[in-house]
Amino acid sequence: MAVSGLNNIDSPGPGIPVIRGIRDSGLFEPRIVGLAYENLEPGAYMHHLVDKSYKVPYPLDGVDALMERIRYINGIEKIDVLIPNFDAELYAFMKSEALMKSMGISTFLPTLKQFEERHKANLPEFGEKYKVTVPFSKPIASLAELDSLKGDVDFPYVVKGKFYDAYIAHDKEEARMYFHRIAAKWGLPVVIQEFIRGTEVNVVALGDGRGSTVGAVPMRKQYITDKGKAWGGITLDDQKMLDLTHRIIGETEWRGGMELELIKTPKNELYLIEINPRLPAWVYLAVGAGQNLPEALVRLALGEKVEKFSGYELGKMFIRYSYDMICDIKEFEKLSTLGEL
Amino acid sequence: MKLKKNIAISETGFIFDPTTGDSFTLNPTGLELLGMLRHEKSFDEISSAFTTKYDVDATSFERYYVDFLATLKMMQLVEDNE
Repeated sequence: MAVSGLNNIDSPGPGIPVIRGIRDSGLFEPRIVGLAYENLEPGAYMHHLVDKSYKVPYPLDGVDALMERIRYINGIEKIDVLIPNFDAELYAFMKSEALMKSMGISTFLPTLKQFEERHKANLPEFGEKYKVTVPFSKPIASLAELDSLKGDVDFPYVVKGKFYDAYIAHDKEEARMYFHRIAAKWGLPVVIQEFIRGTEVNVVALGDGRGSTVGAVPMRKQYITDKGKAWGGITLDDQKMLDLTHRIIGETEWRGGMELELIKTPKNELYLIEINPRLPAWVYLAVGAGQNLPEALVRLALGEKVEKFSGYELGKMFIRYSYDMICDIKEFEKLSTLGEL
Repeated sequence: MKLKKNIAISETGFIFDPTTGDSFTLNPTGLELLGMLRHEKSFDEISSAFTTKYDVDATSFERYYVDFLATLKMMQLVEDNE
């Protein structure tokens, strides 16, 4: 099984938690192949979890370069299932689903339509189409457009990158600064979103591609780092969040993992602020609470019939921690020069 | 005032609300009062029990009681329609 997102750092990718779920499953005896973009992705050095790692080219290098590398890796590893875990790489893998299938590699990804319509820039249309409450959002491609927003949305508002990053801007100067910062890192458009006051809550879920929710676990971040990531979180008993998840997966016939990012207002209204088209970095909480979603995702990719999960443990918590691995320079040398470790 | 049905109350005074994920800690007196509320005791019953057991007059107890209920409401530990 090949898994990306091995950047288990302060803003972690989902690769390591996904691998832990797969390893916890008693159903497989997996050989885990890590796909790394950077030489310092910690997962590549976590040999108790990742058997072998290969560097892969960035999505910016194009789909062909990525597939050429996957073909090479597959020639050695005979990959059964590939689980991409970065938003930015999903497009390339979705486009190449048929090609990978011809190589004997299965995936279980959203369709391009599903991927496109849940984009941050398309959130208002998504909300209208599926009758989901969303905050005002507008994609912005220039400073002139940013300045012309007057009246559409009041300060503070959220300035978001198309894949990652979000900052709260309290005035025009801050908005301009964040626009430049995000545009330089993630490109255009930058999304301006109404700031909704309330508690940030999330749902990790898995759709079977035919309208059924295989599993879903709601969570509240108990503490958020300066990067906006969960330091700790706890499973919730919230039927409203689950109903919303079932409805979105049902109506979109969502295929694969997803994370709903929601704001719950003091009046208990739920605003959908984002749909991430993959399992999130906190997915291991779902595993710990009784829903091994990575295992179910692998089984769906293999074409197996998967029963829906019937429940999860309430009040299950995760607390994220950092851990310094000691590695030999030879390992770093191997990954950076040969592209394999 | 009805407490939410799904809140977990431990005998150590640790309260967990699985709907919001919030947790709270109560001292033994607060825990005793919450237990009575959970058993839907009336104000008169609670007041009588507390003024008999503790060194507090009925007027002062009522003030503490109202404060306590307001805190429960603020912490979203009571049913929505209350």
